[in-house]
Amino acid sequence: MNYSEKVMDHFINPRNVGEIENADGVGEVGNAKCGDIMKMYLKIEDETITDCKFKTFGCGAAVATSSMATEMIKGKSIDDALKLTNSAVMEALDGLPPVKVHCSVLAEQAVKAALTDYYQKQGIDPEPIVGKVPEMEEE
Amino acid sequence: MEKRIIYADHAATTAVSEPVLQAMLPYFQTNYGNPSSIYAKGRENERAIIDARARVAACLGADPKEIFFTAGGSESDNWAIKGIADKLAAKGKKHIITSVFEHHAVLHTCEFLEKHGFEVTYLPVSPEGLIDPAQVADAIREDTALVTIMYANNEIGTIQPIAEIGKVCKEHGVLFHTDAVQAVGNVEIDVKAQNIDLLSLSGHKFHAPKGIGALYIRKGVALSNLVHGGGQESGKRAGTENVPGIIGLAKAIELATADIPAKTAKLTPLRDKLIDGILQIEGTRLNGSRTQRLPGNVNISVVGIEGESLLLMLDHFGVMASSGSACTSGSLDPSHVLLSLGLSHEVAHGSLRLSFGEEFTEEDADYILSVLPGIVERLRSMSPMWETIRNEGIHFNADKTKLIKEGE
Repeated sequence: MNYSEKVMDHFINPRNVGEIENADGVGEVGNAKCGDIMKMYLKIEDETITDCKFKTFGCGAAVATSSMATEMIKGKSIDDALKLTNSAVMEALDGLPPVKVHCSVLAEQAVKAALTDYYQKQGIDPEPIVGKVPEMEEE
Repeated sequence: MEKRIIYADHAATTAVSEPVLQAMLPYFQTNYGNPSSIYAKGRENERAIIDARARVAACLGADPKEIFFTAGGSESDNWAIKGIADKLAAKGKKHIITSVFEHHAVLHTCEFLEKHGFEVTYLPVSPEGLIDPAQVADAIREDTALVTIMYANNEIGTIQPIAEIGKVCKEHGVLFHTDAVQAVGNVEIDVKAQNIDLLSLSGHKFHAPKGIGALYIRKGVALSNLVHGGGQESGKRAGTENVPGIIGLAKAIELATADIPAKTAKLTPLRDKLIDGILQIEGTRLNGSRTQRLPGNVNISVVGIEGESLLLMLDHFGVMASSGSACTSGSLDPSHVLLSLGLSHEVAHGSLRLSFGEEFTEEDADYILSVLPGIVERLRSMSPMWETIRNEGIHFNADKTKLIKEGE
């Protein structure tokens, strides 16, 4: 597996690992059967993501894309976070091997899932804002 | 402990050893003649190949005329299975028996034959990764052309009762092929005593170079050619001989089989130390039989973490190993070998294979045992799966193949 130096850096030294107590939004995507689970925690104040942490079960690319995604949305507005795409995450990591592209998709979905949870907690229908996030597959 | 660099992936490939390299070197620039040529440079190489063939044969208990050089294990497997299938189909024998956890060189060849009108029985393996000769006997039919069962499994290192399976095949008059790619140099092989009709081997698993292997074909066994062309290898396998490879293979197999008991005596305690040490980590299971196992193979599942991240972290600490996780294969399914033992996907994803050879030391084992628990702890601390396992009281079922909730 030919990973870029940036991927290896974010894998060996992942940024923002952990949990946020009383997080304003928590999203979990992927499933153990396929070998990837990402859980994203957001702290949101005045429409801004003031803190972001993650936990990931998965391969090197899964850890690196989660780490990079948290870096890319931390301190940003919700609007900006919603614009985060998997290709932007991949680009920021200097690319991913083709078989690992789905990891970046998972990272984008983890952010969206956490924002969906945030809006649900606010009593706001998230779908018009966030769009549909694929449900976690149950076995 | 000071960082060490440890190559623990011998089941993948090995380095060409110094004596093997030295034996090969003259055949690149000095003795480069085509063995089919009439002049001295060619004739010398023809003699060198005759000598090498005899030496390879001696290591397997075979006759020199029964050894055919190939490009490696996959070619040997393809040739044995397709060659027999093609030959015996004319006699109405279109059934093959194999096992679910063979190497893909065997499995995909059998699947290919299924598309061409053959029927294949895939024998299940026991939870320990073993095949009972009685299963083979029960599966044999009137139209069975071939039984092909691997000698030792490449992932979990389990050694099959080859002599017993060979006996069953002989009694039923069915040809028996074994993929011995992982076995050569690790277990004593005697093709006559073990009633083996065809045996595949690959040089790079025991310090010969990549791209050279052999197929043993018992005298009297007829099979169609796979590679058509010139008359090399008694007209059975075309292509100008890989002379340096053949010379290297002969040297390597002599060295690998010279003292198997001593090698076993050295590696087995190290293997068991690693197994016992790693199993101290909570949430782990040994994959494959504890005793019917290659002396240099350890395969353990570590729940709550994924295999590729485990390998990357080990590599960061200088340890080169392998895994049966989906992420290392590029497919979504974890190893078919681990699944064949009854492991759930969750348990199979977190597997670690360490495979080592004679240069492996006690210090290497100690080093691996010193870094592994910290790596597992670190990966688990960031794993939402481990968090769920902890919070919801999820644990192994009785045979440690699946994860179940408290009270289930």
